[in-house]
Amino acid sequence: MDDLSLYILDISENCIDAGAKNIEIIINEDTKKDILIIEINDDGKGIDEDMIKLIQNPFTTSRTTRKVGLGIPFFKEAAESCEGKFSISSAKGIGTKVKATFKHSHIDRKPMGDIAETLIALILRAEKTEILYYHKRNGKDFTFRTKDLKLQLKVKDLKQVMLLNSLKKIVKQKISELQ
Amino acid sequence: MAKLKIEDLEKITEEFKRKMTLREGAGRVKITVHLGTCGIAAGARKIMNSFMEEIEKSKATDIIMTTSGCAGLCSREPMATVEVIGNAPIKYVDLTIDKVKIIFDKHVMKGAFVQEYALSVGSEKIQ
Ligand SMILES: Nc1ncnc2c1ncn2[C@@H]1O[C@H](COP(=O)(O)OP(=O)(O)OP(=O)(O)O)[C@@H](O)[C@H]1O
Ligand SMILES: [Mg+2]
Repeated sequence: MDDLSLYILDISENCIDAGAKNIEIIINEDTKKDILIIEINDDGKGIDEDMIKLIQNPFTTSRTTRKVGLGIPFFKEAAESCEGKFSISSAKGIGTKVKATFKHSHIDRKPMGDIAETLIALILRAEKTEILYYHKRNGKDFTFRTKDLKLQLKVKDLKQVMLLNSLKKIVKQKISELQ
Repeated sequence: MAKLKIEDLEKITEEFKRKMTLREGAGRVKITVHLGTCGIAAGARKIMNSFMEEIEKSKATDIIMTTSGCAGLCSREPMATVEVIGNAPIKYVDLTIDKVKIIFDKHVMKGAFVQEYALSVGSEKIQ
């Protein structure tokens, strides 16, 4: 995948598949400490303890009939190839937390990419999932909540193209202001 | 904490009201872009984005845009399904932005499906 916003989209799709009502996407960039942290948390159905190890390695079950996904191993690989760490923890019936850290300045660290487009893609996918996006970069931060926007617009869902196109522009602008 | 401020929300609200005169008009066409891992890696989000731009340009208000998970045909990604309500959904494969423009113009707007880019006529579940 070309950039981190695509990984974030992919990992968040897992949360929607898991029936999450809430997804939190938290990004923390600290260029002084030279670290980038991406956390994606959900309150979906969770993952069995014995599955957790399995899903982190795409080769483990390549010979069984079960189709093993690529999303988690890809993201893990992206972090670990940048002197970073990856972790996934989950509790059945409570939710799942995915956390990846990267050395911010690492030569192989992929660019952030278009987060606004990722958020729009998630809103289009998720009927009943609320998304919280929190992005901190050095001293500045930005928060976006689908719940707030629905309340403000007095609508039940945000799946409307013209609305999402406007939202995309504004979110893009806000995120660029963190630079 | 820098949130989407009230002004920002108001700006969106205004645009929303201006553009969305009729939301109740039930969908005439439904476009679904498949965003599984393989789709995303193959550029499906860009495909979603260009469908959204085409919708905006056309000013049509009866097109439903949505995204879904993996369509099960990783080698033919990016993929999208176009369903003119009342007709069988058409699955388009190996999409590019140029193909999106043609599909949008011919199929979404004029109802004539573009056979050369299509996989098969039938339900999304047929793979
Ligand atoms: N947030 C989550 N909540 C519950 N289960 C999860 C979550 N994330 C991953 N899983 C489980 O781990 C499996 C592997 O996830 P992974 O993203 O690697 O592959 P996938 O989603 O199955 O397929 P793809 O290659 O399209 O991503 C999923 O099928 C699911 O069972
Ligand atoms: Mg996945």
